[in-house]
Amino acid sequence: MDVKGDLTQLIDKKRIVAFLVIIVALFSTMIWTGPAMLDDLKLGLDLKGGFERLYEVEPLTEGQEIDAQTLREAAYSLERRIYAKGVTEPEILPEGTNRIRVRLAGVENQAEVLAILEKTAILTFRSNLGCEDGEFCNDELIGSDFAEGGASVQYDPTTNAPYVSIKLKDAQKFYDVTKKIADAAEEQGLPGLPLAIYLDEEQISAPNVSNGIAGGDAMISGSYTLDEVKDLVSIINSGALPVKLNEKYTQSVDATLGEESLEKTAIAGIVGSVIIFVFMIIYYRIPGVVSVITLIAYIWLILQVFDWMNATLTLPGIAALILGVGMAVDANIITYERIKEEMKSGKSILSSLRAGSRNSLKTILDANVTTIIAGIVLYFVGTGAIQGFALSLVFSILVSVITNVFLSRALLHLLIRSKWVNKPSYFGVKEADISEL
Amino acid sequence: MNSKIQQFDFVQKRKPFFLVSAAIIAVGIVFMLLFGLNLGVDFQSGTNLDIQVEGNALTVDEASQIFADAGFEGTSPTVGGSDSNRVTNRFAEVLNNDQTTTIIETFEAKFGEGTVSYEENTVDAVMAKELSLKAIYAVSVASIFIILYVTIRFEWRFALAAILAIVHDAMIVISIFAIFRFEINLVFIAAILTIIGYSINDTIVIFDRIRENVSKTKKLKTFHDLATIVNNSIMQTLARSINTAVTVIFAAGCLLVLGSPAIKVFSLAILIGLISGAYSSIFIASPIWLEFKKNSINKPKKSTTEV
Repeated sequence: MDVKGDLTQLIDKKRIVAFLVIIVALFSTMIWTGPAMLDDLKLGLDLKGGFERLYEVEPLTEGQEIDAQTLREAAYSLERRIYAKGVTEPEILPEGTNRIRVRLAGVENQAEVLAILEKTAILTFRSNLGCEDGEFCNDELIGSDFAEGGASVQYDPTTNAPYVSIKLKDAQKFYDVTKKIADAAEEQGLPGLPLAIYLDEEQISAPNVSNGIAGGDAMISGSYTLDEVKDLVSIINSGALPVKLNEKYTQSVDATLGEESLEKTAIAGIVGSVIIFVFMIIYYRIPGVVSVITLIAYIWLILQVFDWMNATLTLPGIAALILGVGMAVDANIITYERIKEEMKSGKSILSSLRAGSRNSLKTILDANVTTIIAGIVLYFVGTGAIQGFALSLVFSILVSVITNVFLSRALLHLLIRSKWVNKPSYFGVKEADISEL
Repeated sequence: MNSKIQQFDFVQKRKPFFLVSAAIIAVGIVFMLLFGLNLGVDFQSGTNLDIQVEGNALTVDEASQIFADAGFEGTSPTVGGSDSNRVTNRFAEVLNNDQTTTIIETFEAKFGEGTVSYEENTVDAVMAKELSLKAIYAVSVASIFIILYVTIRFEWRFALAAILAIVHDAMIVISIFAIFRFEINLVFIAAILTIIGYSINDTIVIFDRIRENVSKTKKLKTFHDLATIVNNSIMQTLARSINTAVTVIFAAGCLLVLGSPAIKVFSLAILIGLISGAYSSIFIASPIWLEFKKNSINKPKKSTTEV
């Protein structure tokens, strides 16, 4: 008795220590990585503030075809403009055959950013030679004549006023055009004739040309502020948008409202989880405690997976996670109920655990595989929001199986085999319910 | 198996439960046909503006007056929030950037710079309709795959019964939203998808037990034998069904009560769907399987061609 007792005592301690080591390691990792991970987590615009706009892309000129290539070019052009406004991590997603989704989180100067987005920004220099009065009907220089990225901010040496300088690809061509205008002015006995600069159909300046300009640099000056000059430069440099954008859908959330939503939803999640934890411990006792540990691990791991995938957490996403907690709880409940059943049929705790685990695994896997199949199909068939949902569904099931089936079982095995957990009442089973085998 | 309170005959009472569900769905469909669904801004072209004024309570008239000052006559805004400082208005037209800015500036002019924050939602109705159709299509394809998997792992009767239970749950939620005229938005679609995921999960667990009990039983000749198996299976998994339902309903209830207004619709749909999902696994899916299966018992030779 004594010797045997000592032996089992020895084994007990090892398993208990192993159990504690796992718990301590798990919680230290979570505490260690948790705060950084939460900081890193990409929040959707409904939580962080920002806006999302879906554009339908239409041809700019008749006969122009919108294909994947045009869509990509347009998206690229939008991206450069947004970057130029100092917005970090914009999401610009071409969708289908004729749509572009723009998602900007945490933007303060929304109205400004939007204003520069929708400009097609086709730069033309036009003259009024041979036109009706006051009209500029001749395109003298068009987009392809300007050097790529050739616009820059310059300052007038005397007044220090900012202006836009535009480099031309072919200095000779610019000289020829200006010379032609100057000559026409001379013929008409005028000191000069205007060469108007248009951005789309908007005339932004119309300087008079009195002689041929050499050097291949044009300038747009006027009473601009430095910010306006910078915007002009970035619009010109990011290239013309090759298409027309029609707004189809906008969602805009103010940062304060977003934070409030996040806070409320997070509190709801925490309260909900705590209620579940208390319920599990009261109803299932020791296994209930194990399930609380694995549920916390589930929440941590699923957020970590979101972080690794660089996925964006949105309000419905959080809600789905909280529901995922419910599904993870289910895996535990199925197992524990099965173990209790086996115990009530008179089996020992250890063999109840074995039989219960084995029998419930098939159930849990069948149930979860069915749901995963649904999720995978939704991902491949669906678009946008449906895909996002499908992805978080599939991952939350996988993570839930890892934590609440495998980890949960491993922990429970350690506890039971340590013989420390040795009474049916620790499982919430009444002695009276146990039938004789 | 050995508990004393287990004598509730789920199978015997299946008809009333079918009727209750059918009645809710029928009333829901009638409401849908008569009044349509209360479709939110996502389904109608226009802009929804949600304005919150820091530290100032407003009345509907005041808010309406401010909109009028900004050039929008005849609006009927609603005022909510804990301090009556949250104004919501739906514009039948799509507001452009300048119009939104004008409205916000008018509010700021009245209440002071920096006190006003807002949310804007603009849609072209085509988008929401497209997403709904896409969701229905995706769910239909998913259902085919679920039927395939369940048929392989179980049998086709389980598959069909599970799909009917899913349809039941989705319809119950949509019907209740139709009857009480709760607003439906795009997130509602995500909620329906979640409910479907939960419902299939919940149903399969009971089916798994029925399958297990069927394979354990040698005598399976009469309707009574089948009914006993279904009753026992439901009973044996009842503690799990109730506990799981209780925990997920706690979670969804917390979201509904404590969560942000933006996900109220989502939480409500989830809550109704979870209750329906837990209910349908026991009172709809299992009895339907029984209805299918009894034919194969009576006419064993023709089992698969019947029904």
